Amino acid sequence: MLLKRWIPLFILIFVGVMTLISWFVPHDPIGGLGDNFSQFFDIIASFAIILGAANLIKLQGSKIFRRKRNWQYSIVTIVGFIITAVVGINWHITMGVLPEGFNYIAGPHVNQATSPFYWIWWYIFTPLSATMYALLAFYVASASYRAFRARNLEATILLLAGIVVMLGRVPLGQMLTNWMPDAIGFLRIERVADWIYTYPNAAGQRAIMIGIALGVVSTSLRLILGIEKSFLGEE
Amino acid sequence: MKARFARFTALALLLCLTAITVTSALAQDTAPPAPVQEVIAEDNPNDRGHAVLVRWHPSPDDGTTGRVTEYRIYRARCLPGVQPEVAEFERVSICSPALGVGAELDFVDVSDEIENGIPYLYKIETHGSAGVSSTIIDEPVIATAQWFDKSRLTMLIAILIASSVIIYWIQKAQGNTNIYLRPVAGLKAFDEAVGRATEMGQPVLFVPGIMDMDQIETLAGVSILGYVANMTSRYETKLEVPVSRSLVMAHAREVVKESYLSSGRPDLYHDDMIHYLTDDQFAYAAAVDGIMLRDKPAACFYQGKFYAESLILAETGNSIGAIQIAGTASPAQLPFFITACDYTLIGEEFFAASAYLSNDMRHIGSIRGQDSIKMLFMIALAIGTIYVSLACLGVPLPNWLDMSLILDVSGS
Repeated sequence: MLLKRWIPLFILIFVGVMTLISWFVPHDPIGGLGDNFSQFFDIIASFAIILGAANLIKLQGSKIFRRKRNWQYSIVTIVGFIITAVVGINWHITMGVLPEGFNYIAGPHVNQATSPFYWIWWYIFTPLSATMYALLAFYVASASYRAFRARNLEATILLLAGIVVMLGRVPLGQMLTNWMPDAIGFLRIERVADWIYTYPNAAGQRAIMIGIALGVVSTSLRLILGIEKSFLGEE
Repeated sequence: MKARFARFTALALLLCLTAITVTSALAQDTAPPAPVQEVIAEDNPNDRGHAVLVRWHPSPDDGTTGRVTEYRIYRARCLPGVQPEVAEFERVSICSPALGVGAELDFVDVSDEIENGIPYLYKIETHGSAGVSSTIIDEPVIATAQWFDKSRLTMLIAILIASSVIIYWIQKAQGNTNIYLRPVAGLKAFDEAVGRATEMGQPVLFVPGIMDMDQIETLAGVSILGYVANMTSRYETKLEVPVSRSLVMAHAREVVKESYLSSGRPDLYHDDMIHYLTDDQFAYAAAVDGIMLRDKPAACFYQGKFYAESLILAETGNSIGAIQIAGTASPAQLPFFITACDYTLIGEEFFAASAYLSNDMRHIGSIRGQDSIKMLFMIALAIGTIYVSLACLGVPLPNWLDMSLILDVSGS
């Protein structure tokens, strides 16, 4: 009970209160506490990566040994993990040059353009990440198709606003209403697009932001006061 | 004859004027630029000390002509009996010229070399193509640490008001069972989603975002995971929680284990339900997409902090026909979730979810307090809108309605 409930709760309340106070009190030693706590967290999270790595190896390894469905993919995962870890941690060799041995000083070679780790990063990891990111373009198209169908009044307003904003951002759209005299210049499509952006859009965004801010205050208060204990697994 | 004399006189005058102009221009180019003016060095306010704010008006030669190339700022420790002119100055920064833009320049000298309570002298050199002129601030400046950051006074007042209202409602809610809360469709759908997965015999997928435990959204997401785990344990439905941070994995395991224990089904729990994939954003998205396409979960929950991967996940979930419930406080990702998911907990609803689901009156009281503050915000917004509208229409307003006073207090 002490380890699972009271100590985590004490740490949470202490860190929460001190971080809040340090935001308003710049004087040493209180002023730097917020940053110090962040650094403590980073250090703990860095060590915790061992937990994650061990879990990954264990899970993928068991898939291979038990010949679970699609176990072949697990081989790729484990081989990729081991190679990247080895060349990233201590295998300080130059591409195209035979290794003369291990260099146990880890670190600088990670940023050297001739190191294997750098090669894996630029020629395997980055293109794969970019491919995933590029998929967004297709997903945005399919999601927009669904969102912009004029099923009801709200969806129709959304559709019209979307069309106006898109046309207002391209020269072709601006050309459509350039003929309008200055007296009714406020109806030009780029100005209507700007208006939508500046007023209804900003108002909606701010309403959401105010709600989020209040939600954060309320949740933080529940945590600091020890009322919210669901993060400990309690209801 | 007269005309000839007049022409000669005019020519002579023109030559004299040209000569004077050229001479003065040459003299100006060879002379160093004029020094800076109204230089002030003072303790930088609202900090832990170890910082001095230096302000100055640009040299009169600082304009579009390019006569001033840069300003160099020097600092020296003020020693007793040593004249400022012979003090040992050390350069601390180089600033660009104002080039005619801006009436005042400033620089904050932040360094642990500046000791609090010790006097320092400052010197500004104005460098130009034709030389250097310098200005020494005779008055020594002492850096001090402040116990309260006055620029955050407004925020402190806002936090105190908000906290007081919420605590008041938490107290009031204790023992009171008659507090009405607006129903949230997304939260009501939790049961429906897990029930659907149970009927179909398919797993439930829970994604707690891609950030670590230092984000309050992750904390809120893991709290919601506890309730989902409670439902899956009661319905005997498979739960899968892929995570992108090791600490989230460790924490989520504790929460899920507790939920399975409290519902009396610890036998259904195993650690591999919550497993680590990768810290990288898109690698994580690819891995979760793979899980979705292979395992075909009937219900997908996205509760936490998300970035660009939100749409990749939600569209994949949509393509496999899963019932999807998202919740996040990232405004940029909300439109994607609203488009691709069946239900979305927007901002405050997401933070209120664990309180709603718990049925604990103190939690519900905090939500009520939150709503009360929102009402205060709405009143303030209405007053502000009326005030600005009246001011724009030129309606004379009493002095006590002068908004600039409020802005001054906030330091804005």
